[in-house]
Amino acid sequence: MIHAAAGRPLLAGTRDVVVIGAGHAGLAMSRCLSRRSIDHVVLERGQVGNSWRHGRWDSLRLLTPNWQTRLPGHRYAGSDPDGYMTMPQVVEFIEEYASLVGAPVRTATTVTSVSAEGDGYRVETDHGRWHCRAVVVASGACQIPVVPSVAAALPGSVQTLTAQDYRNPGQLDDSGVLIVGASATGLQLAEEIQRSGRRVTLAVGEHIRMPRMYRRLDIQWWLDATGILDERYDEVDDIVRARRVPSPQLIGSPQRSLDLNTLVERGVDIVGRFVGLSDGKAQFSGSLRNHCAMADLKLERLLQRIDTWAELNSKRAQFGSPERFAATCVADAPRLSLHLQRERIGTVIWATGFKPDYGWLRVPAFDRKGDLRHDGGIVPVPGLYVLGLNFMRRRKSSSIDGAADDVRDLGAHLAAYLHKSATRSAMRATG
Amino acid sequence: MNATAIKVDNGVNVEALLGARQALTEAPEAARFKWRASCSWVRGTHSRSTVQSFFGLGAEQAHKTEFTYEADHPEVFAAEDQGATPVEYVLVGLASCLTAGVAAVAQNRGIQLRSVKASVEAGMDIQGILGIDADVRNGFDGIKVVFDIDADASKEDIAALVAQSQRRSAVFDIVTNPTNVAVEIK
Repeated sequence: MIHAAAGRPLLAGTRDVVVIGAGHAGLAMSRCLSRRSIDHVVLERGQVGNSWRHGRWDSLRLLTPNWQTRLPGHRYAGSDPDGYMTMPQVVEFIEEYASLVGAPVRTATTVTSVSAEGDGYRVETDHGRWHCRAVVVASGACQIPVVPSVAAALPGSVQTLTAQDYRNPGQLDDSGVLIVGASATGLQLAEEIQRSGRRVTLAVGEHIRMPRMYRRLDIQWWLDATGILDERYDEVDDIVRARRVPSPQLIGSPQRSLDLNTLVERGVDIVGRFVGLSDGKAQFSGSLRNHCAMADLKLERLLQRIDTWAELNSKRAQFGSPERFAATCVADAPRLSLHLQRERIGTVIWATGFKPDYGWLRVPAFDRKGDLRHDGGIVPVPGLYVLGLNFMRRRKSSSIDGAADDVRDLGAHLAAYLHKSATRSAMRATG
Repeated sequence: MNATAIKVDNGVNVEALLGARQALTEAPEAARFKWRASCSWVRGTHSRSTVQSFFGLGAEQAHKTEFTYEADHPEVFAAEDQGATPVEYVLVGLASCLTAGVAAVAQNRGIQLRSVKASVEAGMDIQGILGIDADVRNGFDGIKVVFDIDADASKEDIAALVAQSQRRSAVFDIVTNPTNVAVEIK
């Protein structure tokens, strides 16, 4: 370990590029840079694949099948291509990748700040300072749980957890549980906790309904084959909106769909979006019916698009017959409030999404809402790149399978940038 | 939809709305509006409300004319029925907001409307307002809106129009979600 002398951080090194984060995206970028003979280091606050080791609940499996778990130069080679990896399996897959790639990773090195310096950047860490010409931020899109401000007003008698804190139902007492959010996380937690014998209320806002299997194939196969996952950020109508679309209601479990109807059958109480707290009562929006109608309509459009593609490609394979799923069943009068104490709600779980943590990124590249500005991963500060954000360059950008294309594009841009800036420096030196 | 073949005209200036959206994205402070109404008691449950000024785009604004609304209760409430009841004004607000939304969204999506009719019905147990049963709320126990739309579009496209109009409706939000209300005395 390197110790800072007299409080001044030691110079850890100088590289052309510093990659922050040794998850699948950072490692894929490392491979790309190595192949271009670009000198770099990958800084990792924990171990390789850190986010997959921590902050995930026990039963979680990837939402994408094993055949789709692929990175540049590495893919699943086991006997169950249609299965879904558990988190330890994902960690193993990423560790294999790190050694395959030979990535120059410095683990247990937390970046504390990145700021501009001359033509490049100064990267401060808890183990010394790095100088570089370019930075690739691959620290992930899901660092900080997004919790609505109403959470602060919850009574102290209620235990609150985020999806990052939740592990399994054993953490909870026997009282009722209110889960807020109906993307993949909220639905999976609702099912698991209801199954454990606890009463579950699920607050549902805008959501994306998606069957696991369609026409006998995994929905991810269809999204991949039809090109939906490859849709580019500069081709969709409203990229701001597209980037805010929540994760589809999927579970990494073969042949099994999970939707609101399944949960209602199991006894989960479905209510509208959690919108307020008043007199000890959680208040829910009266918009549940419309949110469910919108999700059903979007699902229908997706299935129509798949059916059209299947029709055009019917020579390629013998597909199963088109299917349609029952409309989401909404009670005539879903409850609008829940008295937390009287109805013995012991836990509220926030499954309301995540945001990246850029507290250490000291560059003028944030919009008024605090989001990092970027054009398909190219931050409007020369030499700064980001990876793995939702719909960053393509619909698949945030998934493991999305890294390959994005890294190829951004790697090329980065190489050209380094070449240009080197030329400029050389001209200055000789001029 | 065949927006390119036939010019769709629902009387909504979508270009202006999209222009405003763009402009307000860049200048969010101009997007802060204040809506106002004033109400004077006439006699009994009869009151007269007027609407004229509002604030928006960083400045005071006004409607072209002052609009006046009589509100009262019907004779079954032992009143003189000089106007719609206040709760009916809420229904008018919801129906007109959703209908305006349908027109705007249809224009934006290239759907020609021929007719749009919204019927609104809201249930209310007046044991609440009469103080008979403390467990009964004062307000509606539910609102039902039924749209009858004749347009150049499929059933799914019309359903999507109506869904999007709810998603973007101010009054739908106001009636479905809580709002802090401060009532003070001058």
